Amino acid sequence: MKKFLAAALAGAMCLSLMAGCSNSSAPSNPSNPSNSSTPAASNPSAPAASAPSASGAAFKLGGIGPLTGGNAIYGNAVMNGAKIAVDEINALGGIQLEFNPQDDVSDAETSVNAYNNLKDWGMQALVGTVTTGPCIAVSAEVFNDRIFALTPSASSTDVISGKDNMFQVCFTDPNQGVGAADYISQNMAGSKVAIIYQNDSAYSQGIRDTFVAEAAAKGLEVVSETTFTEDTQTDFSVQVAAAQAAGADVIFLPIYYTPASVILTQAKAAGYEPTFFGVDGMDGILTVEGFDISLAEGVMLLTPFSADADDARTKNFVDTYAKLYNGETPNQFAADGYDAVYIIYEALQAANCTPDMSAQDICEALVAVMPTITVDGLTGAGMTWAATGEVSKAPMAVVIKDGVYVTP
Amino acid sequence: MNGFQSKWKGLKKTTKVDFATYLGVTAAFLIVSFCQSRGMINSSMGGMLVPICCYIVMAVSLNLTVGILGELSLGHAGFMSVGAFSGVIAAMSLREAIPAAPLRLAVAMAVGAVFAAIAGTLVGVPALRLRGDYLAIVTLAFGEIIKELINCLLVGHDSKGLHIALNISGSLSINDLHLEEGGVAIIKGAQGAAGTTKIATFAAGYVLIMAALVIILNLVRSRSGRAIMAVRDNRIAAESVGINVTKYKLMAFVTSAALAGAAGALYGLNYSSLAASKFNFNTSILVLVYVVLGGLGNMWGSIVATVVLYVLPEALREFDNYRMLVYAIVLIVIMLATNNDQIKEKLDAVRRRFTGKGEEARG
Repeated sequence: MKKFLAAALAGAMCLSLMAGCSNSSAPSNPSNPSNSSTPAASNPSAPAASAPSASGAAFKLGGIGPLTGGNAIYGNAVMNGAKIAVDEINALGGIQLEFNPQDDVSDAETSVNAYNNLKDWGMQALVGTVTTGPCIAVSAEVFNDRIFALTPSASSTDVISGKDNMFQVCFTDPNQGVGAADYISQNMAGSKVAIIYQNDSAYSQGIRDTFVAEAAAKGLEVVSETTFTEDTQTDFSVQVAAAQAAGADVIFLPIYYTPASVILTQAKAAGYEPTFFGVDGMDGILTVEGFDISLAEGVMLLTPFSADADDARTKNFVDTYAKLYNGETPNQFAADGYDAVYIIYEALQAANCTPDMSAQDICEALVAVMPTITVDGLTGAGMTWAATGEVSKAPMAVVIKDGVYVTP
Repeated sequence: MNGFQSKWKGLKKTTKVDFATYLGVTAAFLIVSFCQSRGMINSSMGGMLVPICCYIVMAVSLNLTVGILGELSLGHAGFMSVGAFSGVIAAMSLREAIPAAPLRLAVAMAVGAVFAAIAGTLVGVPALRLRGDYLAIVTLAFGEIIKELINCLLVGHDSKGLHIALNISGSLSINDLHLEEGGVAIIKGAQGAAGTTKIATFAAGYVLIMAALVIILNLVRSRSGRAIMAVRDNRIAAESVGINVTKYKLMAFVTSAALAGAAGALYGLNYSSLAASKFNFNTSILVLVYVVLGGLGNMWGSIVATVVLYVLPEALREFDNYRMLVYAIVLIVIMLATNNDQIKEKLDAVRRRFTGKGEEARG
């Protein structure tokens, strides 16, 4: 009896150990076919991004983001965009990349697990993670392990602060708040501003804080500030009425597009027609199901990417994306993912890295070249980086006219 | 040697099981530590060790409430949350006072346990008067309330001490704490704790598991433990022999909450970012699944179930987006298999062959 119990217990506890050992043996063999086919198998419509792995001459690029769960829309967009970039780069012939996206359900714990999984796979640089909370947890890990990481879309300053090997493709939250306040004070001088923001979201709160500070510095008048939370984002009649009563002629919406669509509808119903001004979270408002696009007419937003832009590269990206992913129009997250891969590609070239270098050597080389390179991407021309990891690019203000973005 | 053998034979079966549990956990810890020092464990497994320890403590402590006390609690993650955030605040604000990380971790876990115990008492006193589904609903609500409260919490620390603000109106931000130069923002409302220094270790996790096991197993085998089980089995009969039902219910519930708080502190100090939304209803259910699959009232069962079920989703990463689907199927298969009489008979047959006698093994 006791022998059985002891044996069963020891056996079960060691099971975890064996699971660990069996995992470790697979990634050490780069020609293992089951291993390299994983990313391709995940999405049959995507071309085999991992094709060159058999030669062993490809850089191993990991990706982490929410591919399932409530935030899957962002993670999948980033990974789809990144896969397109990987395929384009591999087709060029020069540097070859192997891309392995892993799911983190937008949870810090799972994200660190996914990161460790990628490390066992032999990841040499990380595209990720997509969402802010998990990214802060993973950025502490990449800093300890000295693996280069570039997040496409985690916009908090906590992501990069104090970590020299963590870089961003997107604007930081403060950057957007300042950009929006500057734009409004320059182009709509003397207007009265109302703010409606989500106070249980780090993204929304962060932009609001810097917007208010910059507005005070620029002498912009904020007449009304109202809030909502994740659970109350279905009705905004109180907030809209408060803004109307305060006589605001600009409503600043540092929020995502789903609640914004409700605000637009309710303001219209109340017969209130101010100028709505959004930030990058507003990108996607034209794709909300059941939303009358004519209501978005005249909405202004700061966005790094516009799928309607007419340069050849954007057009090509939008076409390829639609072809591969059921005719969807890519949003800025997809463009961020696409740019992230190209930025790493440019940096690898500038640093003369080779695929046989260790992740740590590549990290040091890339950290050294990042502040020196300039990359033209879909989300901004002439992007440069400070050594802190923050990107410098001009936010683009667009206005929605006839259902498309145009530059005012 | 003979003396030891006769002593061992003289022990009760439950005592033997308890010792085997301690021994098994210690053996597993030693084997894993040894393998880790030799580099035989990959980073995926290495990264899971601390969360596994946390969830094991969560599972055995919830087993005390669900299995031994017989009350369904759906707010166990709420206690973990209280412990995690109070532990993070303690560890971050004591950075200069206690430079040694292991000691600071121990203090943080103690603080987490105390705060969770206080929360457990506050919830337990009114809630344990309720029975059955009502207790489940109240604990469920507790978990959600804690989540909302922490979403409003702003905490910073500088040379003047702790600064705490409750951002009920939604218009405050971390700047309103007016931290001095060099002060650290520990909890930033909805963003949760960001930039926490990681100090949790596998060894600390092992010590916590052993402490939890010693506390729970000794409680269960004591006079109080028998009283608690009497309340579970027949409340009226227990009352009729003079057992103070509220007292024993509260004893089990608060012990369970305190251990969950300590586990939460360890968990919180293992990640550099931590949001209150992590400790939602789903996490409570997850731990409940560990307990139910491991067997109600069966501590070593909880431990094994936690290890297997925690590692499983990571081991299934090869299935990509379908891995949670596969995980669910595996859960159902385990449920069916462990409750199937035919399989049970076969297992007993194997057991008899091993032990050489027809002893009924299930305790």
